[in-house]
Amino acid sequence: MDALIAPLLNGSAQGALLLLAALGLSLTFGQMGVINMAHGEFLMIGAFAAYLVQQVITASNLSIPVALPVAFVVAGLFGLLLEVTIIQWMYRRPLDTLLVTVGVGLILQQAALQIFPSQGVPVEKPGWLDGQLNILGYEWPLRQLFTILLASVCVAALSAWLKYTSFGRRIRATVQNRDLAETSGISTRTIDRLTFFTGSGLAGVAGVAASLIGGTNSQMGAQYIIPAFLVVAAGGIGQLKGTIIAAWAVGVALSYFAYWTTGSLAQVLAFILVIVFLQLRPQGLFTVRTRSLA
Amino acid sequence: MTDASLVVTDLRVEFSGFVAVGGVSFDAHPGEVRFLIGPNGAGKTTCIDAITGLAKGTGSARLGEKELLGKQVHKIVRLGVGRTFQTASVFDELTVLQNLDIAAGRHRSALSLLRTRRGVDPSIEQALEETGLAGELTTPAGILSHGQKQWLEIAMLLVQDAKVLLLDEPVAGMSQDERTATGELLRRIAAKRIVLVVEHDMDFMRRYATRVTVLHQGKVLSQGTVADVQADPKVQEVYLGTADAIAVGTPNRKED
Amino acid sequence: MTKPRTTGPKPWISLSGIGVFAVLLLAVAPLVLTDHWLNNLGKYCCWAIAAVGIGLAWGRGGMLVMGQGVFFALGAYSMAMHLTLETAGDRIPGFMVLYDPLAPLPMFWEPFRSAGFTLLAIVLLPVVMAGILGYALFKRRVKGAYFAILTQALAVALATLISSTIRETGGDTGLSDFKYFFGFVLNDPANKVMVFLIAAGLLIVCLLAVWQLYRSRFGELLVATRDAEERVRFLGYDPANVKLVAFVVSALMASIAGAMFVPIVGIITPAEIGAAASILMIAGVAFGGRASLFGPALGAMAVGWGQSSLGSTWPEGWTYILGLLFIVVILFLPNGLSSLPSRFPGRTRPKPDVPPTPAIAAAELEEVRA
Repeated sequence: MDALIAPLLNGSAQGALLLLAALGLSLTFGQMGVINMAHGEFLMIGAFAAYLVQQVITASNLSIPVALPVAFVVAGLFGLLLEVTIIQWMYRRPLDTLLVTVGVGLILQQAALQIFPSQGVPVEKPGWLDGQLNILGYEWPLRQLFTILLASVCVAALSAWLKYTSFGRRIRATVQNRDLAETSGISTRTIDRLTFFTGSGLAGVAGVAASLIGGTNSQMGAQYIIPAFLVVAAGGIGQLKGTIIAAWAVGVALSYFAYWTTGSLAQVLAFILVIVFLQLRPQGLFTVRTRSLA
Repeated sequence: MTDASLVVTDLRVEFSGFVAVGGVSFDAHPGEVRFLIGPNGAGKTTCIDAITGLAKGTGSARLGEKELLGKQVHKIVRLGVGRTFQTASVFDELTVLQNLDIAAGRHRSALSLLRTRRGVDPSIEQALEETGLAGELTTPAGILSHGQKQWLEIAMLLVQDAKVLLLDEPVAGMSQDERTATGELLRRIAAKRIVLVVEHDMDFMRRYATRVTVLHQGKVLSQGTVADVQADPKVQEVYLGTADAIAVGTPNRKED
Repeated sequence: MTKPRTTGPKPWISLSGIGVFAVLLLAVAPLVLTDHWLNNLGKYCCWAIAAVGIGLAWGRGGMLVMGQGVFFALGAYSMAMHLTLETAGDRIPGFMVLYDPLAPLPMFWEPFRSAGFTLLAIVLLPVVMAGILGYALFKRRVKGAYFAILTQALAVALATLISSTIRETGGDTGLSDFKYFFGFVLNDPANKVMVFLIAAGLLIVCLLAVWQLYRSRFGELLVATRDAEERVRFLGYDPANVKLVAFVVSALMASIAGAMFVPIVGIITPAEIGAAASILMIAGVAFGGRASLFGPALGAMAVGWGQSSLGSTWPEGWTYILGLLFIVVILFLPNGLSSLPSRFPGRTRPKPDVPPTPAIAAAELEEVRA
């Protein structure tokens, strides 16, 4: 029994990390139609930001809580820069944003490789993440719980922000009808920038979480980008609920596959699973039923 | 060319609980220019969408013996049902000839698709003649005038040998002369085919319709000749105040 | 009656272009280039073959194939397995013995002893796989970014799979040390020239194939499908079939490219087929001009040259150049270098510009009716 439960816990944490990586994508891809392949590199920037914060605040207990907002802002600013310099000229060419951001990702990776040691940098885990918590008779590593908690907080904050703030309402209005939003006095340019800032910032937060679990190096973003995209696609474009379920499902599936087979084979199987799923439901888990071609 | 009629019986289309078309029945026969009219949101375009497989509908739409509902879009087309769209959709990149050639090509074998075109199909020449586009053979469709694009679409239906032509607001945005030319064109091609026109323009309808079905809020309000329909008090009620405005040529809004 | 016009320059101009290219590759290059550079050129030819296929699927068909590494791998590993077995003779290949001296040859290796089966596999494997994958995706109307990401995911998955099966596929170290190529000793310079000539010849054949495809009715239909998929459906075609043909042909070309890559380069590893490699193939096509006839091939050769010369002498710089290449070309020159001539005033050859956004027209049509 334990053998079946352990991957579930582990998988939930893995799913939470995937969710964090996918959340920002869901925002920029789902709400703006931009396919940002550099999103993984923004995640990497968040992880390196955590490392740099630790160089200033050496107490790891304190540095990680400080790193979270710092990583959000730093990665967000990179996203903003990308939007202002490149993306804003390409809103009518969604497929091309994919290729342009591939180029941006390459450059960021190479820059990280040259700035930081090529084998990566150590991000120290805070002491308060070392323990385990006993829930329902099972020992939950605090590190995993922390990832799940962080993902939950981000999801809650994002959905509240979209739902209750005027900025959030404007984002949704812009998504639904850009022209109408513009004529009703919404500056869609500002909204685009803000959305991109937030989406990229979330990648930064995901990066901090990733740095606590795996290595922090120039290649780490590339590992996350495809799974994160698959999660967004499987969840249904622009569907927060779908993204959450898809991320959790992929995380748990990965964990069980890894338990039964090997880590790399698990990845292959999870990919195939998502592809088969998209075959059954090309629009993802949740879709808005409209009069469009389904 | 064909004796088969298009018979629509109790057609219903729903979108997530919203009934866009609620039990519409009408028929159209070769030789007549059949009009489907009604105010915005009456469900005219949705009717066409359902017949052509774009929207899911229940009830029945038969062309002769063959049921159309529930078939895939391209299979319905192969049964001889062709349509145009409110916004002319032609292949802007390709020339008029290439556009028509593609429309004419579905009967071709796979092998002949791999060959290069030599000369112009007789059916294409005929359609060019019919629609007055003969001089535009090598013009990229993208730079045709709005009216010419609509004619190109009709020409494409002709070469694809459609038995039923469903035309969605074919004269929207056309000049008065172009409307007249289009009306005459419809009359000519209706001789051997079923022509069903969705229109807002009441004036155009009056001049060219043989029979009319008036839709209102997804239901048939009235049906008959132009005179019948115009005399119907229910129709007058629905159109009161709007008919005039439309007749002078207010640009048509997209029906949604 | 005016003469029907085909897209792009007059067909005979393109055809003589291919002729000149053929003479340069097949006659001039072997005479003037050193063995080393001829071998390099052969490698670029392989990438160019894959690029010609990408040009067909992406440039003309609007399908951004970001996982051509998968099909490249099918050809490459088929060939590599055969050459490995040919080199090993009756024995078990060396790398396998290394991990488990007693294990038998894996089942799926066995048929690759046969040269005929290998050649057949190089052709049929990509056709069958692209056929099934394309049928499934296109019938379900998976397109645009979804299609791109899914194909890329497949490339990642396959590369991961190969990396993790060291015993069966050589893993990250890949397959190498081939001594024979269908009976010919690979070390022999004369045989090396022969292998180059085969690759270059295949590139010419692929160019001729797409040249005919582009000027055929199918080529027009493919462009029409790219620009307005729904409209094509209303002409009675199933766009899925149109796209499927282009996708399968492009997969076949990638497989052929992979198969020739192995004897020329002498090694195949997962790094040559994964996400990065697949993206590199796209880079060349974007650079040269996705929808033009020569653009993809020439672009791929240029990027290939950069990759193998700059990439080894100045790797940091090369990565930056590659990144900038993507940004600058896609942003300012969506039709690649091939669109440059028509941008200069004075040289006004009537050449219809392929729009930067094939997806838009179709999207708009859908939007209108949404």
